[in-house]
Amino acid sequence: MPHDHHDHLSPSGHPYRADQDGPLSYWQAMEIAVRELLVEKGVTTPAAIHAQIEAMDARSPANGAALVARAWTDPDFKARVLADASAASKEMGFDIGPLKLIAVENTENVHNVIVCTLCSCYPRNLLGLPPDWYKSREYRSRTVREPRRVLAEFGLDLPNGVTVRVHDSTADMRYVVIPRQPEGTEALSEAELAALVTRDSMIGVGVTRQP
Amino acid sequence: MGPRRVAEIFAPGARVKVRAMMPPGHVRTPAYLRGHIGAVERVLGPFPNPEELAYGRDSAPLQLYRVRFRLGDLWDGAEAPEDTLDAEIYAHWLEPA
Repeated sequence: MPHDHHDHLSPSGHPYRADQDGPLSYWQAMEIAVRELLVEKGVTTPAAIHAQIEAMDARSPANGAALVARAWTDPDFKARVLADASAASKEMGFDIGPLKLIAVENTENVHNVIVCTLCSCYPRNLLGLPPDWYKSREYRSRTVREPRRVLAEFGLDLPNGVTVRVHDSTADMRYVVIPRQPEGTEALSEAELAALVTRDSMIGVGVTRQP
Repeated sequence: MGPRRVAEIFAPGARVKVRAMMPPGHVRTPAYLRGHIGAVERVLGPFPNPEELAYGRDSAPLQLYRVRFRLGDLWDGAEAPEDTLDAEIYAHWLEPA
């Protein structure tokens, strides 16, 4: 074996990561069994499964950013987003599937942050796949208990006059934060504004970029 | 499990207490909220009960509520007691407070 020293480092200077050669877990074996059965019975095809995975991977926070920028520039649209964010997303042409979306707005006095303590519920159809930290036990357990400390670790120090509203995505709804529009950006176009909206600002652990 | 009582419809602002039950199964009411009192933030409408749905059983739709709690009511020594926590809770987990 060429790499038989435990302390051997890769050319990048990092230790080699062990291959994932362990046995399949119960659920991994179940997934393969069900998938193969569905293919054998002609319910679906490997190409259709692959196309669906590609479609899921292709979702990105850009859709959410476009929604936020539209809400900033069009007060009527913002009112519709806050009343029914699913309908407003469809109005923009986003295929959000069965997603039932609630938008919560940050203001001078209120900062919203989203978490799913029970699992990893996330508005994937609008923001793409969730970041790994969103699924971590640490983020999930601490955000409902000490949100200000968690936000400070993300670099967000909120003044005492600001109320923090934590949203635990426990059941059928998914959440997106409408962050505050950066000051002095009123003259920017909708597309320029969308470029300022980060994924983290729509989860509520960050704020928008400055132009 | 037998049929459950479906709680009355709470209006926005109604004070509600999360039942302190500990049933097994696919339960979507976080343990940290059980036994605590909050206020209905909005009524989300009827949804199938995930505790039945998860096991392939037919489920009569239940009212789902967004309930808002004060962090000061949930945690001793909360960082800022007036900060809030909103969660979605199905009707059969709620009783008037």
